[in-house]
Amino acid sequence: MNKKIPHLDLDENLVRRARELAKDVTDDVQRFIDAKSTTSVERTVARLYGIDGIDAEGVPLPNVVVDDVKNGGGIDRGIAYWIANGCVAKSMTPQELAEAIGRREFSLMDLPPQNEGIVAEKIDEMTRSAVKRIAEVREMRDRMLEELGDPPQPYLYVIVATGNIYEDVVQARAAVKEGADIVAVIRSTAQSLLDYVPYGATTEGYGGTYATQENFKIMRRALDEVQQEVGRYVRLTNYASGLCMPEISAMGALEGLDFLLNDSMYGILFRNINMIRTFVDQYTSRLISAYSHITINTGEDNYIKTSDPIDRAHTVTTSQLINEQFALKSYMKPKYMGIGHAFEIDPDVPNGFLYEIAHAMLTRELFPEATPKYMPPTRHMTGNIFKGYAMNTLYNLVSIMTGQSIQLLGMLTEAVHTPFLQDRYLAISNAKYVFNNAKNIGGEIVFKRDGFIQKRANEVLENAVKLLEHVKEVGLISAIEEGTFGDIARKRDEGKGGDGVFSKGEDYYNPILESMVDELRGERV
Amino acid sequence: MSVKKVNLSHIKPYGDQMDDGAVQLSFTLPVSNGPRAREAARQLVSSMGFSEVQIVFSEDLGDDFTFFVVYGRTEKFVDYDSIKALGVESPKMDMEQVDEYISTNVRRPVTIVGATIGTDAHTVGLDSILNMKGFHGDSGLERYKMFKVYNLGSQVAPTELAKKVRDVNADVVLVSQVVTQRNIHIKHLTELVDVLEAEGMRDKVLLIAGGPRITHELAVELGYDAGFGAGTMPSDVASYIASEMAKRTQ
Ligand code: B12
Repeated sequence: MNKKIPHLDLDENLVRRARELAKDVTDDVQRFIDAKSTTSVERTVARLYGIDGIDAEGVPLPNVVVDDVKNGGGIDRGIAYWIANGCVAKSMTPQELAEAIGRREFSLMDLPPQNEGIVAEKIDEMTRSAVKRIAEVREMRDRMLEELGDPPQPYLYVIVATGNIYEDVVQARAAVKEGADIVAVIRSTAQSLLDYVPYGATTEGYGGTYATQENFKIMRRALDEVQQEVGRYVRLTNYASGLCMPEISAMGALEGLDFLLNDSMYGILFRNINMIRTFVDQYTSRLISAYSHITINTGEDNYIKTSDPIDRAHTVTTSQLINEQFALKSYMKPKYMGIGHAFEIDPDVPNGFLYEIAHAMLTRELFPEATPKYMPPTRHMTGNIFKGYAMNTLYNLVSIMTGQSIQLLGMLTEAVHTPFLQDRYLAISNAKYVFNNAKNIGGEIVFKRDGFIQKRANEVLENAVKLLEHVKEVGLISAIEEGTFGDIARKRDEGKGGDGVFSKGEDYYNPILESMVDELRGERV
Repeated sequence: MSVKKVNLSHIKPYGDQMDDGAVQLSFTLPVSNGPRAREAARQLVSSMGFSEVQIVFSEDLGDDFTFFVVYGRTEKFVDYDSIKALGVESPKMDMEQVDEYISTNVRRPVTIVGATIGTDAHTVGLDSILNMKGFHGDSGLERYKMFKVYNLGSQVAPTELAKKVRDVNADVVLVSQVVTQRNIHIKHLTELVDVLEAEGMRDKVLLIAGGPRITHELAVELGYDAGFGAGTMPSDVASYIASEMAKRTQ
């Protein structure tokens, strides 16, 4: 942090205690995670070995291969072994193998086990080349970022959501010309509940279009082009959430995405996805992000869309700490953690602005090395777009004052439609105006000792610690069953995608993840 | 000096004096900024029937797009006296009055099933009508003594909703639709009416739609009994249900 921001007198002991508790809470879940894998984790491995495309019925080949082994009863060994064994037996590449299975020519399970040494060598060779591919993309992005220059924070983050990837490109280009630093392509309603990743370029969808590898490529290419024109690095965002969380991270890693929305609990709470599925998937997903230098964005802003942003502010803090610990377990560096929070207090509340400053400061100070992702007013935005524009101005002011890193720009038409081209332009002008006009305001502010802001921030932290103590006592899973986050309760055995979770067998092997972990661990030491 | 009075058979927008017809507009044209773009915007607005068109602001948005803020005066007017708006019409009552009215006129508790249907996952609107807590200090229907409420939540399939309606023998069905992109709400709402009709249940229930883009007019057109839009209070809905149920009991 080079920026000058005001300082909160947080109780150091409470901060330490909060982190310890969050660590204990997640250690508990991690034991679960380590013993399990999921069909989406295995499809991720298949993808990284180069399997892509669809069969004659339109089923993605990573699904075809994993289902083949799952139906044959061999999935507890992990897909890597079966693909390698198949490649050796048939003298095929993984892609050729997948295509043949897609044509129902044979099942991987029917192929005789090949010489162990040769299969092991095959696995090593495939794994090396998969990991190398990702590392190359990562290095290229890091180099581009250095050459073109990292824009000042808070980054201006906008979304495009036309439902057609080619129309999205038009709007993204215009947004970058207007000054956007980050472009997020919103994906279609309900993609999170698909247990496969759609294939190819798409020109349809509600509220956005599909996250597909081809769409990632199309948008990345367009942004690479326009970033040369404007002479500044432009980041691309998509969503690694839902039933295909780790696969989307792998696609993002291959296509050079910079940001992925990725929360350890969002899918459980807001999409009713099975808990264990989500916890296992987020681990792999975050490992890939950590390895690829992709910044994750966590989803705490959502809690205060359905519950009260003042009364339940501590649930945001609690979840942030939990998300941080899960990210650390995936060897993620803090600078790649876009810790989420939001400006959502009812504009009629007296001193709502002071509460917002206190909450934003708390996030900033609790996570000094992270890149907090600040979300704009949404739930109290109405058809009065003029008032909405004023609310966005205050939101921008809090952000520059408290030193936030990632500013998802508020749209004056939030309550009306997904953004028009001009809405984005107006949002960018508002943010640029405020960020320039109040540029050094943070360095000029000292919060009054025992004043409203200091007291409020400490109060939220205290409540978060109390909640974490409770969560530790009952366990995270039971806490979710009680409706701790977002006032939404989910049962441990319910939710979508539970059938895709399985216990790892004794001979389970996931060499790609292991090799990433080895490398990331080495870096950390 | 006298001030011009409003002529209700002839109303026009009011900017800073009666009948000046002042209107503000903003839009984007897919061309880059300059005199030609501004002239294009001026002509476009003139062709909409505006006079004294002023392009007060134009800015290049990059990549061949320009944003305009425009003022103009319209010569058009409407006859206010002849206007009829379709709205839910029922005497407004508070919670106690509703409970009282139902016990006297319906003489039994009213069963309500609510859901957000189709792919829509928004629940806050429906919850603020149904949950105890209600909306801006106005209690939700669950708090009413004479309502028995089943809130099924979101992403409920029309057939699933119909099944619940049958199982609990519901009197009233409340459906919420928030996402309206590409008219997905029309599709969902129509589907539900079709399902209820196919199962012979449509006439047995009071069918109500709600959501920020729902109007009473639209709801009626789609085969609903009523529609409630942005800013609806739970007691608005409760009052309507009470008077309709009373009518149906007679
Ligand atoms: C909160 C929110 C969410 C939350 C929802 C959480 C939840 N459990 O509800 C989350 C983050 C999950 C979400 C997701 C999405 N959202 Co959303 N969301 C909103 C937001 C910010 C507020 C909605 C809200 O809660 N309003 C407060 C309530 C009280 O108001 P209300 O719904 O209008 O309800 C009142 C009345 O309409 C009425 N009413 C409503 N229902 C009913 C029913 C009956 C029977 C009656 C009588 C009355 C009634 O009474 C209520 C009280 O007065 C709006 C923007 C906005 N400010 O409106 C966008 C918004 C609605 N979302 C939008 C979109 C596009 C989405 C996504 C599709 C985005 C995506 N691509 O992923 C997803 C949809 C996922 C899905 N499958 O549906 C768009 C919809 C655009 C459109 N017109 O189609 C909006 C307008 C934002 C935008 N500008 O893009 N969203």
